[in-house]
Amino acid sequence: MAVTGLLLVGFLYAHMIGNLKIFFGAETFDHYAHWLRTIGTPLLPEAWYLWIQRAVLTVAVLGHIVAATILARRARQARPVKYAHRPKVQGSYAARTMRWGGVIILLFVIYHILDLTTGTLNPNGVAGEAYANVAADFAPSRWYVTLFYTLSIVAVGFHLRHGLWSAVRTFGQQSPRGELYARATALVLSLVLVVGYLSVPFAVLVGLVD
Amino acid sequence: MGDFWNDGDAIVDTAAPEGPIETRWDRRKFNAKLVNPANRRKLTVIVVGTGLAGGSAAATLAEAGYHVKSYCYQDSPRRAHSIAAQGGINAAKNYRNDGDSIYRLFYDTVKGGDFRARESNVYRLATVSVNIIDQCVAQGVPFAREYGGLLDNRSFGGTQVSRTFYARGQTGQQLLLGAYQAMERQIGLGNIEMNSRHEMLELIIVDGKARGIVVRDMITGEIATEMADAVVLASGGYGNVFFLSTNAKGCNVTATWRAHRKGALFANPCYTQIHPTCIPESGTHQSKLTLMSESLRNDGRVWVPKRAEDGQKPASQIAEEDRDYYLERIYPSFGNLVPRDIASRAAKNVCDEGRGVGPGGLGVYLDFADAIKRLGKKAVEAKYGNLFEMYQRITGEDPYETPMRIYPAVHYTMGGLWVDYDLQSTIPGLFVVGEANFSDHGANRLGASALMQGLGDGYFVLPTTLGNYLAAGPFEKVAEDHEAVVAARAEVESRIKRLLEIDGDRTVDSFHRELGHIMWEYCGMERTEEGLTKAIGLIRSLREEFWQRVKVPGTGEQLNQNLEKAGRVADFFELGELMCIDALHRRESCGGHFRGESQTADGEALRHDDEFSYVAAWEYATGESAKPTLHKEQLEFEYVHPSTRSYK
Amino acid sequence: MDIQVRVWRQEGPSDGGRMVTYDVKDISPDASFLEMLDVLNEKLILDGDDPIAFDHDCREGICGACSMVIDGVAHGPEKATTACQLHMRHFKQGDTIDVEPWRAAAFPVIKDLVVNRGALDKIVAAGGYITAPTGAAPEAHATPVPKKDADLAFEAATCIGCGACVAACPNGSAMLFTAAKVAHLGLMPQGQPERDTRVIDMLQAQDDAGFGGCTNMGECSQVCPKGIPLHLIGRLNSDYRKAVRKSF
Repeated sequence: MAVTGLLLVGFLYAHMIGNLKIFFGAETFDHYAHWLRTIGTPLLPEAWYLWIQRAVLTVAVLGHIVAATILARRARQARPVKYAHRPKVQGSYAARTMRWGGVIILLFVIYHILDLTTGTLNPNGVAGEAYANVAADFAPSRWYVTLFYTLSIVAVGFHLRHGLWSAVRTFGQQSPRGELYARATALVLSLVLVVGYLSVPFAVLVGLVD
Repeated sequence: MGDFWNDGDAIVDTAAPEGPIETRWDRRKFNAKLVNPANRRKLTVIVVGTGLAGGSAAATLAEAGYHVKSYCYQDSPRRAHSIAAQGGINAAKNYRNDGDSIYRLFYDTVKGGDFRARESNVYRLATVSVNIIDQCVAQGVPFAREYGGLLDNRSFGGTQVSRTFYARGQTGQQLLLGAYQAMERQIGLGNIEMNSRHEMLELIIVDGKARGIVVRDMITGEIATEMADAVVLASGGYGNVFFLSTNAKGCNVTATWRAHRKGALFANPCYTQIHPTCIPESGTHQSKLTLMSESLRNDGRVWVPKRAEDGQKPASQIAEEDRDYYLERIYPSFGNLVPRDIASRAAKNVCDEGRGVGPGGLGVYLDFADAIKRLGKKAVEAKYGNLFEMYQRITGEDPYETPMRIYPAVHYTMGGLWVDYDLQSTIPGLFVVGEANFSDHGANRLGASALMQGLGDGYFVLPTTLGNYLAAGPFEKVAEDHEAVVAARAEVESRIKRLLEIDGDRTVDSFHRELGHIMWEYCGMERTEEGLTKAIGLIRSLREEFWQRVKVPGTGEQLNQNLEKAGRVADFFELGELMCIDALHRRESCGGHFRGESQTADGEALRHDDEFSYVAAWEYATGESAKPTLHKEQLEFEYVHPSTRSYK
Repeated sequence: MDIQVRVWRQEGPSDGGRMVTYDVKDISPDASFLEMLDVLNEKLILDGDDPIAFDHDCREGICGACSMVIDGVAHGPEKATTACQLHMRHFKQGDTIDVEPWRAAAFPVIKDLVVNRGALDKIVAAGGYITAPTGAAPEAHATPVPKKDADLAFEAATCIGCGACVAACPNGSAMLFTAAKVAHLGLMPQGQPERDTRVIDMLQAQDDAGFGGCTNMGECSQVCPKGIPLHLIGRLNSDYRKAVRKSF
């Protein structure tokens, strides 16, 4: 979980930095989107790198899901009879919602790919016009899309807050002070990510990007 | 002799070597026959109980190559009651260079036992004490350490040298986990067959030798007979005869009592240690008592109101001049630090005068107000914080604000099955270790010595002496249908059946509680001929009532905690009577046994060495009205000459 | 005070079990939770009912026998307190209190609130020890142990093996139990030779016993009567990683 999770977090950060280029205008953003296809050239043919990255990410996502499923199944097997008085979970909200949060995030990723990668569900949906696609997506009239994006990103935030901390623990963090640092770092990284990602749809919503 | 017992022949410990005391254990080891390692796996040893003595014995014997079958009533060997020991473990390491030595530990222990222990045994105990610490450290027991990384020591129970090793207030737990882990290793290797939730209900004797036990699987109720070449009892003490004690609820006398009924002599049953600083009863629901470290008396001041009518007033409303700091008044030089038995008896006396405090007037104050004023709350907290917390958790009172209430409670039983120097009982092949035997503490046990004895017996003494016995084996295999085996099993089955069939109108606990009251009242801190005689009568009639009116619900073929209790209480009745008889016959005061008739003009314990310098070993008498027979083992003191203590 | 308890009753391993409500009248606030159950059982026996079976022994919070989930929390609402040390003064007149056994596949119910925790012993048997044959021990002062290590080892070693961590874990994992032992022995110099095999073998035994996997939820440490810290699990993970790496 930790290894695949950290790979995915790395991607999320790179993706967020790319997203923020939208604030430099349509040209920069579209150019950036195009550049992504040219990474690795001329060593690799065009878009090969992108496909390699996609393959790695897919494997990471699948690995993450498989590991989560194994854990969830083991958990179910480890407690065949449920408590009548459901134990009050005393840990954080983030820790409690890892599994359902993960499912929401998965659904979101599928929608997101159909929306802004393939363009299938995008109102503009023109390949190469990344800026226009984004602007069309989060138009005020499509507030429900923005709402869905917002909820999903917040879910990602929660998922990371526990996930990052938990990954550090899995890698062997083992002192009370380290625990405080890890918790704080996980919180900050998750918050930055949430703010970074949400800045785009909200910028569209308030007309900063159109 | 009297209406209650017969006098029998004297007994002697024939296993004890003669000669200079320093060399006796070495010579015993040298003279002990050895078992060929290849033969060991053909020899089976049963060990009942998994506390410090049983756990360490089982692990060591298994490691030596014997096939060990271990039994405990708890769900895991790690829960044996040794785990609750708080204070520490003595060892004559002299790490402090403060003049300690094996000889001094030996001397202190014999004296502390009020000259009623065997010198040979005590010297051996002091000798192996140093090996125990080495062994435990090697196992990873996390003893308290100093900043330099070396082991820390403290002085305990009024000794003038610092020889007590400890692991915060959880020494027993850490030592037991060490033994338990060693045991689990052997379980994993297949050398120990562990049977938890199994209770020994009978001893099987074939051709005069202990060859097996009858056990009940406490989950399924199945009765099984288990055979071996030797049987080791490590089943602990019998303090629960008082119902309320600091023992765990499950502690019982059944294993040793069953062996006693089959012929093993029971020695000094009346020697019980009563600990002065326990949390008092809070009402009729009380199920056990909790001990607090007696280190509290280092800074706390013990008092009760001068007038009985002030007893139920809050402490804060009793003016300084109306308080009686009775320990400081009666024992000006030792004050609040008088030994356990004196502090306990003094508390009982003031409560008997009606000056006790708290529910039922059964308590005295242990006041830290002066200590807080003198040292500051911080310092008091640093020293006693965890004890104060424990007190507050149980009573709901804040000892920083209101004085603690304390009362004595039964803590340890020095008596037990009689064993020789080899720890073998009067039944060949039946060995007894730890609190279950009587051997090393005499009439009173020093603080931090119980852990030492349990581990000394289990790790070092028993493996040597048992080997000497087993060298004559393997003994002829005993068939399951041997008449002795069949008879022992039938006895167990009929006893269980009888208990279930009574179906009366009183619960087991109600009988146990009543028995406990009788014992506490007449065979507790102060015993008199009149009281003991009365108690014997009360116990007999209560026992009769028990066998007519007890109600044991459920069946024998299931987990039935009341059936388990009923069997144990039935044995406690018989033991209780023997304790009273023993206390009655010993017309002297010594150690944990105080006879009202035998005291000095100042109310101090008065020993009669000329008449009672012996171990009283009792033989069970079969038949309803039969009297137990007293066998005396004369005690010799070549090195530590009996003296009288004084704490005035 | 008068209260109601709803207790899990299950006659044996094959019985389905159910919650049954009992009235407990006139119980002293100074009684412990287990003493309240004693009082109830006395009444049940005299009424001809089957008393409630529950594990208990020392009743001073150290043996680890008592094991019940009280109102959804292992050992009940008081922090760092075993069920036997929980007192009725923490409840109110008229309360209805739910009492259930530890629930885990690795801890099958024997009867009512009594479960079989033998799986924890199996984890210890797999490696939770230092091999130290009796008689072979070197002088105790031969190897000093830094006080810091000794203190942390002691803190880890205070685990009473009650299984509350498993009962509370949403995954039914025994990781805190295992981590505490791995940390205790791994911190002592005497524990170094077996450090790698210990962590691998104990984790294997834990998985084999049917416990769930750890997802660092932290419930275990919250209910632990001895407050075993969660960061010990990180220590276990670190030891495990190193051990696996060395095994290649």
